[in-house]
Amino acid sequence: MKDIARLLAEIVGQEYVSAEPEERYFYARDPGLMPPHTPDYVVIPETTDEVQKIVRLANREKIPVVPMGAGLSLTGLAIPLKGGMVVDMKRMSRIIRVNEMARYALVEGGTSQGALKAYLERHHPRLRHSIPDAPPTATLAANASIHGQGRLTQQYGFNSDLVSGLEVVTGAGEICRIGSCALSPDWFSKGAPFPDLSGLFLGWFGATGIITKLAVKLYPRKKLRDVEIFVTDRGDLVPEIVYEITHTEMAEDILAFTQPKPMMFKDNHHVSFYLTGDTDEELEFKRKIIWHALDPYIKSKDGGFMGIPSMMKPVLLESPQRSASGLADVKKGGGFEYSGPIVMLERYPACMKKLQELGARYDLAYSGMVRVIDGGHSVMFAFAFAFNRADPDMMERTRKALKEVSDFVLKIGGLYWKPTVVEQRLAIQHMDPNTWKLMEMIKHNLDPNGIMNPGNWEVG
Amino acid sequence: MQYEELIHRCFRCGYCKFTSDYSAFNCPTYRKFRFETYSPGGRMWLIRAWLNNEIENSPRFQDIIFSCATCANCVEHCVFTFREDLVNIFMAAREELVNKGIIPPPVRDYLKNINISGNPYKEPAGERGKWAEGTAVKPYEGQEYLFYVGDVGSYDERGRKIAKSVANLLIKGGVSFGILADREICDGNEVKTLGEAGLFQFLAGQNISLFNELGVKKIITLDPHALNAFRKFYPALGGKFSVFHYSQVLLPLIQSQALALHEYRARVTYHDPCYLGRHNGEYEAPRKILRAIPGLEFVEMDEHGENAFCCGGGGGNFFTDILGGGDEAPNRIRIRQPLETGAGIVAVACPQCAKMLEDGLKAEELEDRLEVLDLAEILTRALA
Repeated sequence: MKDIARLLAEIVGQEYVSAEPEERYFYARDPGLMPPHTPDYVVIPETTDEVQKIVRLANREKIPVVPMGAGLSLTGLAIPLKGGMVVDMKRMSRIIRVNEMARYALVEGGTSQGALKAYLERHHPRLRHSIPDAPPTATLAANASIHGQGRLTQQYGFNSDLVSGLEVVTGAGEICRIGSCALSPDWFSKGAPFPDLSGLFLGWFGATGIITKLAVKLYPRKKLRDVEIFVTDRGDLVPEIVYEITHTEMAEDILAFTQPKPMMFKDNHHVSFYLTGDTDEELEFKRKIIWHALDPYIKSKDGGFMGIPSMMKPVLLESPQRSASGLADVKKGGGFEYSGPIVMLERYPACMKKLQELGARYDLAYSGMVRVIDGGHSVMFAFAFAFNRADPDMMERTRKALKEVSDFVLKIGGLYWKPTVVEQRLAIQHMDPNTWKLMEMIKHNLDPNGIMNPGNWEVG
Repeated sequence: MQYEELIHRCFRCGYCKFTSDYSAFNCPTYRKFRFETYSPGGRMWLIRAWLNNEIENSPRFQDIIFSCATCANCVEHCVFTFREDLVNIFMAAREELVNKGIIPPPVRDYLKNINISGNPYKEPAGERGKWAEGTAVKPYEGQEYLFYVGDVGSYDERGRKIAKSVANLLIKGGVSFGILADREICDGNEVKTLGEAGLFQFLAGQNISLFNELGVKKIITLDPHALNAFRKFYPALGGKFSVFHYSQVLLPLIQSQALALHEYRARVTYHDPCYLGRHNGEYEAPRKILRAIPGLEFVEMDEHGENAFCCGGGGGNFFTDILGGGDEAPNRIRIRQPLETGAGIVAVACPQCAKMLEDGLKAEELEDRLEVLDLAEILTRALA
């Protein structure tokens, strides 16, 4: 057997390659509940050229390659199911340029959400990107490749919709540019008016190639931002309440959540919506429009606006919300996992009922959270469960609850978001056979040796 | 292991690696090595794996555990309630490794030297007070303050110069103080952070007995690491003293004009020592001193205060050098950071930081653009 570690070291430098038990242990797992699979190597490249050399080496030697951003998917998408090498992308973290007028940022494939946020705040204070509530270590490329969502998803769509160009190293080892950057120095469109090839890489979890650069669309950052919460004890009304808010086109982000604790939240459904404006007048105008839209529910005594405690407001307005990670410590056990299927808004009551049922059946601390996508064309419904990493029984109960969610999603016509390998296979079994044939054809052409994140988007 | 009940609670979300605005990774070991294993979350998961016999105590594992600079950036930025104990957890893991007797050779040598010689330099105790030759510094005989100089101030050439500058300022300001000279022994802060609890207890016990015997009530430390040991660890062992960093004693002397400053024109930035800032909450005294100097233009680096980037010398690394070397060594990263400010001087308030940053300065070949000076050395110039 060839000394692969030495060959990798020749590409990236000795200090950025490891085949040591410590790295192999850590990179075998993510913070979720998926079983570990140990990589043979971990490698940390710094340039596209190095990534290309790694992929070409992997092709020659038929070694699996698993690209990793921050490894935060929770569903095992960066766990090397068939060993091989994990390619940790975070040294490729340069913010190459921001075009203020065309409103896009061009960054390397390992750039973190946090780094871009900080950069924009300092150098382009009138611009923002759609930052998710994942921890700020999450990378822009990984988030786009899993169709992540962020603060601007309600207005503009999935974060993958907000990509305006890609540079990828395909599974065959070719460097390829996708979008306007393929024939222009500018990265303003990922496809239109030509065929949109970004779909060959977004949603594939690295199974067709590695994103080494991407451009993301930026949007106006208004001077003022505020949040309101409308509360109802009628879950069946949540879809129409959200519908009314989206109809106004006045809100930035729209979320809905329910959880049994603390007691003040029990049996209530909270629809939070964010408002932005450059002046108090603009903000108040938007607020009044939405208040007016929701007035019938107040008159019918089905809901009302919650007075947000002053301590709570900064927490809600923070981006990313540090408190989101706090769910992992609800059981003082360092763990939470959620299944976040993409479903139609009208499925909210059914999802909520299922969540409560699972929480009770498996005796789990749960939280249900909805993020409205693209004006309400769909929503992400997070079935979230906190677990104690030191309590194997609780972890097993959580797995069982999530398994039930997987079956439930298909029944209500939903789509898995960040699907586990098991969910991917379920999706393959249930999808139009010709769709799967097309996916297989794409995969085979882009990754002829089947080395890219193997196990994902495979029949099994 | 102490704190074992906490280690499974780390979600490895990674907030701990950043500055508060997320502009940069601020964990010195993660910044240098870039493997997740060298981040605070990586350490938490690996310690748990080691305790569960999923990985062995290897040289790599020791390297990961002992390279931590204990800078407490993770404590500052972790989102969980157990954050206050993060550095304590890493110290407890080191203690476990020390107890098992399998530790990196430089750590072993450091602890051995302290055990045998009472200092890491293997120098005789009689050399401790040499730095004070030619000054009017007196032995401690019941003065208001004991000036505790520590190992670096006593034996390291750079440290000695700083000790001398501080002592001369205290004399000029009319402070009643004395030193222990050859009776001084190691404060034990690095012994404690490197996990040798038994040796630390011995050193602390010796110091506490001596201080009590001499009637010491108030201590001025040259080194923030000693300040940390005296404030954080000694009280539990019966050593209850009023402990001050020298900047906290000099500031009122400046404010009361006991030290009258002249104009000193320079553009100066300040490097917060982790054991003065994040560990002991003193960010302002050094800054107020610098701002009080007429003609001095004070500028901040982006990474300052609770977001200061560590010089890489903490947690015993000053002596063991596990974290040193290469372009991404923390001292080299840190010394590049003031360049954006246009400062010509990087002020420090710790002899370990001074030495680390000067080494970084040389490695980066920036001697013609920057100077590393202790606060006391800058004040000395302003008094000239």
